[in-house]
Order: sequence, then structure tokens, then C-alpha cells
Amino acid sequence: MGLLARDLNSGMWIGFDSMKRVYAKEEVCIGCRLCEVACVVEHSVSKNPVKAFKGIKPRPVPRNYVDEGGPLSFSVNCRHCDEPLCVAVCIAGAMTKDEASGVVKHNAEKCAGCWSCIMACPYGVVRVEQGKNRVVKCDLCDGRDTPACVQACPNRALVFEDR
Amino acid sequence: MNYVIIGNGAAAVGAVEGIRRTDKENPVTLVSHEPYRAYGRPLISNLLSGKIKEADIYLRAENFYEVRGVRPLLGKRATGIDLEKKRVFLEDGEAVAFDRLLIATGGIPFVPPIKGKDGSGVYTFTTLDDANKLAARVDKMKKAVVVGGGLIGLKAAEGLNDRGVKVTVVELADRILSSAFDRQAGDIIERRLREVGLEIILNDSVAEIVRVRGRVKGVILKSGERVESSDVVLAIGVVPNKAIVEGTRIITNRGVLTDEYMETNVPGVYAAGDVVEPTDLLLGQRRVTPIWPNAYIQGRCAGMNMAGERKSYGGSIPMNSIEFYGVPTVSIGVSNPPDASYEVRTSGDPAENVYRKMVIKDDRLVGAVLVGRIEKAGVLTGLIADRVDVGAFKDELLEGDFGFVRMPVETRKRILAAVR
Repeated sequence: MGLLARDLNSGMWIGFDSMKRVYAKEEVCIGCRLCEVACVVEHSVSKNPVKAFKGIKPRPVPRNYVDEGGPLSFSVNCRHCDEPLCVAVCIAGAMTKDEASGVVKHNAEKCAGCWSCIMACPYGVVRVEQGKNRVVKCDLCDGRDTPACVQACPNRALVFEDR
Repeated sequence: MNYVIIGNGAAAVGAVEGIRRTDKENPVTLVSHEPYRAYGRPLISNLLSGKIKEADIYLRAENFYEVRGVRPLLGKRATGIDLEKKRVFLEDGEAVAFDRLLIATGGIPFVPPIKGKDGSGVYTFTTLDDANKLAARVDKMKKAVVVGGGLIGLKAAEGLNDRGVKVTVVELADRILSSAFDRQAGDIIERRLREVGLEIILNDSVAEIVRVRGRVKGVILKSGERVESSDVVLAIGVVPNKAIVEGTRIITNRGVLTDEYMETNVPGVYAAGDVVEPTDLLLGQRRVTPIWPNAYIQGRCAGMNMAGERKSYGGSIPMNSIEFYGVPTVSIGVSNPPDASYEVRTSGDPAENVYRKMVIKDDRLVGAVLVGRIEKAGVLTGLIADRVDVGAFKDELLEGDFGFVRMPVETRKRILAAVR
């Protein structure tokens, strides 16, 4: 993403999507929520699962969520949209789309806690940071080749690929 | 190719970013009578209350205009447009040539002809200057009357209350937040606001602002009641600020009219944001919906089209996200259905400040109101915008944790596979 190319037929500029994203396979998800654990640990200071969950109150919120009902479960992850609505509606300028990487980033310092992004995101993946007047969202584990949630999945129900 | 943008709010920023998606070269000139960089207008209540500092209100980095190749003419008012010669005139006499023009002049506060409104002690609340004026006065303010119990009025009231001012809100309707929210949601918020000390008067309006030797001493209501106050904030709402196109051949109704590409009837002249009267996606008719998300999205869409892309603006969905003293609320689409053809379902516990309402028509979700629990609200917004058939999971919509798992497999897979 961030790249644009001219469509040879119309001469129009078109978005040129070349970004890896996290997709879930509900058929093989076992609902273990290790993806959520891995996310919290990755974004913790300690990088230790016990300290990350028990040492911080209120408990940190993962940036993905496992939607679960009966035998069905799957993780829902930020799509890092080409035209992200969370960025469009942000009144504080806290949400941005990185033009080089395509990652939709959130600047916690700027967040005003207005919840406009929660209202707008069609995937429901922007979440309130418990106990704080701000949101958290997926950063695709900035600096990692494979996001922690994908790496942690024991049944390959999460894939990181360019579709 | 010269781009000119009149305005510097959400729509204008959206337009700059929309233009620069594809056109990295041609000059953009942006004119605004406000002498500030673009700021998050709804944040003025946070500024008034002291939750944020002025440095935190700006929407983009300080070098935004420079990086995007925009020449900002800030603090200069555009006074007229010559559509034939393609010039925008500024108050200092400068004429700015354009090939593509965007009118993004926003809204202006609606000020009713109340006796005594002119003079010191009476304010509006839509700009950074308004907020700073109120903030500078707040220590000497004994008691304030806020006229209007909608979003702007209540946010002004909250800001003043947070600064220790005793506030009375006067609302003409029989409930607060009557346009964006429904009665139950309004009642919950009203109760919460009374708990924190606001006085709210419904079914009444201000007939006169009483002045003694020029100073505001209070207001007299239509009912005859008198409310003491040292200051009055007029916050009834905003109307399209379309003065600059009046007398031109640009067609207006209540706001400026555009096609789905945000272009007016004059080729090369676009309009976006609160100045526009766009088509309401759900009602299928034109309706002024002065809200931030629509302004940015319209501006971005206009900018893309100004630069030669072909992007349709789907239509507006009214939506508001607003929190009052720990009670978050969201309203999307039709919150008050106009007739019995709409199916209404509710859940929650209003006594616990939790409430959820779904408005459905022909198996399509057309409106939602959420109070207390707002997580995943955007999933509902997506269902509304995409006109998804919700016939198979109407009851599930009322669950506080409603999500994709409760949708039929084809529906959820279609949504989750897509990248917007």
C-alpha cells in the first residue's frame, strides 16, 4: 500500500495494494486465545506473560479479539484499510495511515478518547484501553517480520499474507 | 493546474490529503479566516474544560502544509468568487487564481434574534477563539446559561461545569439530544448531567437576555421564569456557511448542492463539509448533517476527484460518538424512526446507564443507539452502510457483545475478507 499506479486503460491512478495483512481461518481456530496473549505480551514492557497480565492493572487489552460462540471461534484483526475510516473520523489526528508501510498507526499521546474510531471501524478492532481515556489498536507488531499473534497460533488459524 | 481550498477544517484537510493521493505536484492554496493551523474542532470543549492544552488541538503536524505542498493563507477571509475569471478574492484585495476550487467554509452558529444578545457576556461555541474567550472569562463567571441541549450545547455546559461554573441548560424540546439520540438515551444522559450538578430546563426557550448597564444579569424564559446568570452561551446548532457562493450561479438549497463526486453545478467547483447539503444515505433525500466524519470523508472524496480520480461519495450517515461523565454513547443513522414501518428493538438497563436500540427496516439495519457499552459499534455502522440483510440475526444485534460470530457464515466471511 502507499503505492499508486496508472491504470493503462483508463489513465486513472489506482491504489496498488501490496501489503501483508493478518487473516483468520475460522475452520481451524481452536479458540485458545493464544493470539490475544501473544499480543498483550508483545506490547508489554516486560515481555513476560505473567507480568504482562498480572503485573498491570487494569489488565491490558489485546489489539485483536477472538469472537466466540458455541463451537465457532476466530480472531478478528485490524485490516489496515486502504482508505481507513478510523483515520478519516479521528478528530485528534491520532490515527494515521503510514504511506510507506500501509500500517494504520495510533498515537496514544494525541488520542482524545472521543471513540469516533470505535464508532467507525467496520471490523470492531479499535478498543478502549481499560482505565485510560484512549484507544489501542494493532500496529502489526512494528519491527517484527511476523506479527506475534500469527506466530503464536498453534493451529495456523492466523496467516500473514498479501491477498 | 491550481487548486484552491476555502476553509481549513476537516473537509479542507481531507481535500488536501485526497488531492495529494495522486497529484504530488500542482500547487494548492488554502484560505481561512481563522489564523490557526487546522484543529480538531470538536476538541474545543476539551480545551475549555482543561483536559487538553492548545498545543494538543491541532489535527496534523506543524509542517503539514509544507510537506503537502500547500500554501496556507491563514487569517485571511475569502470574500467572493468570480466563476468566469476563476478567481477567489480575499479581504486584503488579493485575487487567487484557481482551476479547481473547493468550498469548505463549514457551518456558522445559528443565532436566534433574542433581545439582548448583542454585547459582552454572550458567546457561541464552535471555534478555537470561542473556546479561548470562554476559558479566559471562566474564573469570573458566576453562573452561565447555555441555550441549546444538543451536542454543542451540552459539551459547552460540560466544559464550563468542569471549570467550576454553575450551568443551566435551556432546551426547547422536551428532552436533550433530541436530534442525534432517542428519548431513552437522552434521559440517561440527562440524569447523569444532573448528577454532576448541571441544571436542565426543558420545553422552554430564552425570550430575553437581561442586561443592567450593559452587563448580562440573567435570562427571561418564554415561560416567564427568570434565570440569573453572568454569561450566556448560544449553542443551538450550526447552519451552512454559504455566504461566499450567494449571488453566484452555484446552486444552493439549505446548503451548497453537489453531485455524488462533490462537484457543484459549476464544473471544477467542488464543495464539502458542513456547508454542503448532501444526500442522506438512509433517507434517500438531501439533508444537512454537520458532523466531523462526513466532513472529512466528503473533503477527501472531493480532493480525489479534483485531482482526476473518480470517487463517488456514497451518501451521509449521521453518526455521533460522545461521552458525558463516564457514560459513552454512540448513535448511528436513524435513531428516531419517522413512522411505524420501522422495527425497533431495545435492550439494556437504563438504571445502570446501559441501553441498546436497533432500528430495522425491510431486514436492513438503518439505525443504532448505544449507551454505556459501545465496543464494536463500528460493526453496526458497517452493517448499516453496506445495507447488509440482518433478517437472520435481529435478536443478536441487541446483545452487548454482538459481533461477527453471530452473523451467518457467508455474511461474516464477506465482510472479514474485504479490505476497505
